[in-house]
Amino acid sequence: MSDPIALTVQDAVCLFDVSPPFLDRVLSGARRRVLRAVDGVSFTVRRGRTLGVVGESGCGKSTLARMIVGLQPPTAGTLRLEDMPRADGSLGRPRVQMIFQDPYASLNPRWRVGDIVAEPIRELKLLQDEAAVQARVAQLLETVGLAAADAARFPHAFSGGQRQRISIARALATEADVLVCDEPTSALDVSVQAQILNLMRRLQAELGLTYILISHNLSVVRHMSDDIAIMYLGRFVETGPAEEVFAAPRHPYTRLLLETIPDVQRPNRDRQPLSGEVPSPIDPPPGCPFHPRCPQAETACREARPALEAHGGREVACFLVR
Amino acid sequence: MSDAAPLLSVRDLRVVFDTRRGRLVALDGVSFDIAPGEILGVVGESGAGKSLTGTAVIGLLEPPGRIDGGEILLEGRRIDTLPPAEMRRVRGRQIGAIFQDPLTSLHPLLTVGAQLEETIRTHLPLSRAEAKARAVALLREVGIPSAETRVSQYPHQFSGGMRQRVVIALALAAEPKLIIADEPTTALDVSIQAQITALLRRLCRQHGTGVMLVTHDMGVIAETADRVAVMYAGRLVELGPVDQVVRAPRHPYTAGLMASIPRMGAREAVLAQIEGSMPRLGAIPPGCAFSPRCPSASARCTAEVPALPPGGTGAACWHPVAEPAHV
Repeated sequence: MSDPIALTVQDAVCLFDVSPPFLDRVLSGARRRVLRAVDGVSFTVRRGRTLGVVGESGCGKSTLARMIVGLQPPTAGTLRLEDMPRADGSLGRPRVQMIFQDPYASLNPRWRVGDIVAEPIRELKLLQDEAAVQARVAQLLETVGLAAADAARFPHAFSGGQRQRISIARALATEADVLVCDEPTSALDVSVQAQILNLMRRLQAELGLTYILISHNLSVVRHMSDDIAIMYLGRFVETGPAEEVFAAPRHPYTRLLLETIPDVQRPNRDRQPLSGEVPSPIDPPPGCPFHPRCPQAETACREARPALEAHGGREVACFLVR
Repeated sequence: MSDAAPLLSVRDLRVVFDTRRGRLVALDGVSFDIAPGEILGVVGESGAGKSLTGTAVIGLLEPPGRIDGGEILLEGRRIDTLPPAEMRRVRGRQIGAIFQDPLTSLHPLLTVGAQLEETIRTHLPLSRAEAKARAVALLREVGIPSAETRVSQYPHQFSGGMRQRVVIALALAAEPKLIIADEPTTALDVSIQAQITALLRRLCRQHGTGVMLVTHDMGVIAETADRVAVMYAGRLVELGPVDQVVRAPRHPYTAGLMASIPRMGAREAVLAQIEGSMPRLGAIPPGCAFSPRCPSASARCTAEVPALPPGGTGAACWHPVAEPAHV
């Protein structure tokens, strides 16, 4: 726990106006409609550790990722990266990079791999000398398990897993400290997924990287994360050390999520699937957003929204957890 | 496995693509059976030929792909040689299909009811009113609430999970004997995924429908399938009861695949990984296609193609992983 904090998020909110166009709204008398993608999320991530954020589609996890890297300005709240010592001894803002889900869409097909990886170095003027840039590119490609000669090739010559390695090399080119990984392996086959996850773990150990790992795949998150946050409809419903949350989930949603995922090791054909679907974030149910699907919901759950409260080393947003 | 005559029997299937750069063999010597009411899972990584196997069975191979050898029998009748018009009657009536993306498998401009009624009336001798009643009954059966009102809605008014239920209802419309489900849950969230696999399993049991479940997700297979066929580079490398394949895989590829899946139970320092990647179709090595990546490959593996053991259950491997002493 002694690691310094790398990222502090305070009450981050991201709203999207999804109202119909002004004229339609006036003519039909419809009201403004607001989608609450991220609705008041607070957390900290310590340096060199991995926070896994899990949730189903539409829960706001990708919007959260985009806010952290600055692609999406928050409507309210703050996201602050703490200054940290750099290699040359100075104190500076950590560099944040993102690894995207689809390695086929995130690399420019007309650029050679060498240029893709060198772009951040040239853009940020990290190295002045072109020969030094090339040497750094070669070194980065070797770090992620590719060959230096691959710099001359185009992305189409690479498989999905190799492309994801190129994405990682490009992120590392900035001397990044924090990597936000949005479903980094969900487009990959399992054997390739294992290669990428192992690479990410190795790089974390070698370079002291901080990861924010966004995924819907619980076993991947379990494998990678120190801490996890379970997200439901724009809010965290349970956070805590990954080991503890997986061993003894407290929030009913976490529990059902863990029971629902198919486990290769212990197939359970008679499990009860979680009924219902994630409600729309435009028109969330009153009270606890999970109550329509919750088997233990009580009257209180329909009326008020539970806040995230500390329970031991964990935070849970549920009236029934005491 | 049941003693009943197989519903679907695929024998030595070979699919080739003739391209400008020569002939690519996409499926080679694929043989398996599906019994009535049985779910056969077909797993493999991208490009292994699992979807292509499904496409070949429903007779929807796109040129230049074509069946170059082997046979496909549905209830003892050859269907791979049927003329297109006759195959169209088999498809839908006897074989239903469920695809990965529920949005693209539904017509966006027709109501769900109209699509169901069209399928029902094409294949079954029912009046319009009867077809309509059956459409509502089908929607109810696949677990869509207030089916009476939902039947007159358009696909965009349904969520992803509900759309996939509609697609399943469509596949079931003519009471087919066999359903080819190609990645039916891949586009869905885990909680919805479980609902859909539970539904498939229930329907399959109730109607005695055979299902060929194509997916890359071992977890879904372990939960849903009775038997599993593992594919690699266009060939079947292992076939057997799901518990056996999952718990004690015999083929080194299956073993590697299983080991590379992060486990829920424990957090390992490093995941086992299979080095390299699957060969491209144009560059399948001689002998066993897995030999360049295989830890136990020998000279024989690079010379002779191993076959599945007689009876069709087990691993197509010269040096299978030893069977555990006790199971």
